[in-house]
Amino acid sequence: MSLLRVEGLTVALPPGGDRPHAVEQIDLTVDRGEIVCVVGESGSGKSITANAVMGLLPKTLPRKAGRIWLGDTELTAQSPEQLRALRGSRMAMIFQEPMTALNPLMRVGDQIAEALAVHGEKRRARDRVPELLAAVNLPDPAALAKAHPFRLSGGQRQRVMIAMALALEPALLIADEPTTALDVTTQMQILRLVREIQSRKGMGVMFITHDFGVVAEIADRVAVMQRGRIVEQGPASAVLNNPRHDYTRALIAAVPHGAPAHTRAPVTTETVLEAKGLAKTYSRGGWFGARAVVKAVHDADFTLRRGETLGLVGESGSGKSTLARCVVDLVRPEAGHMLFHGQDLRPLSRADRKPFRKRIQMVFQDPYASLNPRRRVGDIIAEGPITHGEPRAQALDRARDLLRLVKLDPGAMDRFPHEFSGGQRQRIGIARALAMEPELLIADEPVSALDVSVQAQVLALLAEIRARLGLTMLFITHDLRVAAQVCDRIAVMQRGAIVEIGPTAEVFGNPQHSYTRALLDSIPGRGWTPPVF
Amino acid sequence: MMAFFRSFARNKGAVVGLVVLALVFAMAGLADVIFPGTPWDMVAAPFMPPGEMDMWLGSDSLGRDVAAGIAHGSRISLLVGAVSTVVALALGVSLGAVAGYLGGFVDDLVMRFTEFFQTIPSFVLAILLVAIFTPTISSVVFAIAVVSWPPVARVVRAEFLSLRSREFVQAAEVLGKSRLSIVVGDILPNALSPIIVLSSLMVANAILLESALSFLGLGDPNLMTWGFLIGSGRSVIRLAWWMSVFPGIAIFLTVLALNLVGEGLSDALNPRLAGRRT
Repeated sequence: MSLLRVEGLTVALPPGGDRPHAVEQIDLTVDRGEIVCVVGESGSGKSITANAVMGLLPKTLPRKAGRIWLGDTELTAQSPEQLRALRGSRMAMIFQEPMTALNPLMRVGDQIAEALAVHGEKRRARDRVPELLAAVNLPDPAALAKAHPFRLSGGQRQRVMIAMALALEPALLIADEPTTALDVTTQMQILRLVREIQSRKGMGVMFITHDFGVVAEIADRVAVMQRGRIVEQGPASAVLNNPRHDYTRALIAAVPHGAPAHTRAPVTTETVLEAKGLAKTYSRGGWFGARAVVKAVHDADFTLRRGETLGLVGESGSGKSTLARCVVDLVRPEAGHMLFHGQDLRPLSRADRKPFRKRIQMVFQDPYASLNPRRRVGDIIAEGPITHGEPRAQALDRARDLLRLVKLDPGAMDRFPHEFSGGQRQRIGIARALAMEPELLIADEPVSALDVSVQAQVLALLAEIRARLGLTMLFITHDLRVAAQVCDRIAVMQRGAIVEIGPTAEVFGNPQHSYTRALLDSIPGRGWTPPVF
Repeated sequence: MMAFFRSFARNKGAVVGLVVLALVFAMAGLADVIFPGTPWDMVAAPFMPPGEMDMWLGSDSLGRDVAAGIAHGSRISLLVGAVSTVVALALGVSLGAVAGYLGGFVDDLVMRFTEFFQTIPSFVLAILLVAIFTPTISSVVFAIAVVSWPPVARVVRAEFLSLRSREFVQAAEVLGKSRLSIVVGDILPNALSPIIVLSSLMVANAILLESALSFLGLGDPNLMTWGFLIGSGRSVIRLAWWMSVFPGIAIFLTVLALNLVGEGLSDALNPRLAGRRT
């Protein structure tokens, strides 16, 4: 008998949504000692399914039909009190955002002890807490139990969350995108940890993710969700290597495959941008106590040749965004030279800088924050050229052409950004940058906030535009598979310094630096090559 | 726009406030029609209670019509409220914007200057300013504006601080827009909702301040105001209650209406609250 059985689960959406049901007719089982991955894009209903199992659905999303069993217990027939007793003891959940999931004012050990105390195991807490912290491979459990959450890194916090979830040895663990907010190397550690604990304790794990790499890394079985329905379900190897449903095929085809694209603009030897000895340090405090100094960028020399794409890869806090922002003068470096066609940009004043603004443009990470919500799309795209003296009517005409170039309807001109999806907004952001007819485009994680299929479309668009306009690009990303696909050369950053730089094939095929090797080893699903359709 | 009115109308109190405010405006506009001539004219016997000698709200100690005084006084109250708020907004928004956008040393300087004004009790400062500059309508407006800009500066600075680091502002920066056009064109429109809400409350506060100054005899001596009416009726309140009570009710209703409208605006302009209140 299965550990978890979901039968015909249907959850309604509030009226006025894009579909009547959040999830519809979900049938799902999780066996003991098995990891089932539920995979789908944002809005597909995977988190709703998980919350329905935990009995955590908000009142606005009522369950319409279906039954859920945990072992012999029918969860859907339990009272709220009974469910509360089951949560934590028989089934537990870990969440996506480790930074906010812990109470910032409570010591880590006390929070785990609280999980035990709630279920009447207060007396065991003293022995169990260090044991649990050791079980999730945290160093020095005794000292760590006395620490407050702010002293812990994201990965460590996620481990604490897992320790808390494991406190009462639940039979079922639900993990809702537990590694999405983490760096790749940390993600790999957490995935290994989940796998190890699961096999040691024989738990059933329902693992929610949007990343097929993670699925390939961890799953025994896979359920693919689309618009509230499970469209395909089966053993991991079958779904990953031989998908039957069109949607699964589309998703897998959209996974960045790491192979470089074929169409390339010819790379010349002409240097467009050269960074020499750039340094940026942030300091904090100083009135009382010690001054904390962070070297955000140092030893980051690189050159960009006309027509090439240089990838800046690294984990969060490695300084890759700061370096990119130095190039467009959003961050002022204290030292070094930044030569654009031989002219040093760093000492230029705001006014002297203006002519160069036209030639260096940027695409931002967050499509929801990078467009002014109070402006119409046409004005957003046209305002750059207008600022640089182009007549308004002409700029608006060009904006219309640019919308066509980024494959949006020119009717979008008079609408506001909030009427568009994330992928569409990112296209508007690209059109805004292209309106200036730049020669150098800086793309700061342009696809990391997008779903995998939208991500593939935006990457294809960027590749096409680059080939057509002969753009030089500085492409910042944390996703090595994306970098491998897009970039001619790769620069790996660690703690503010470029530790390795070279042609993509060389860096990936024969990494010299130990950090590069660690990064490459952490790519989830490395052993899996997505099938080609 | 329609959606905005709908979410505003969802707050019943705000609609009531708006209606009361419209009535006050109508009274100010029609004062010359309903009560022709100046309200200072003696038109009846003194101390007539409401209803006698064709006077709805009675007459004062010199036989002047209280109702005429209230109608004509509403003009001054609304004028002072509006003009001093505009002046205070101009001061507060520009200082707050400069501090929030530029940050660093300029921010420190502007905020210390703001705190300097905030540490002085605002009413005492207003009395002082009016007393120094002799009581005229412009000195009253000036004094009220000077004591009411600091909260605006603080709110605007806070909004600018958070908006400044948003990506769309950085994008404008990368496009090469000038500082002024970024501040006015990109940041300010996104900071507008709290400013609108705050300004409706500031008008209410300015009306109260003006009344208080007039009550103390620091209003413009040539103008009939609500505060003056209450002040002149104060000494005979046991003999002729209507002289202070009716202007008091006028102040009370106007200020309440403005506060209700302000709250309604704040609900309607806050996307997280809009739609939740029933």
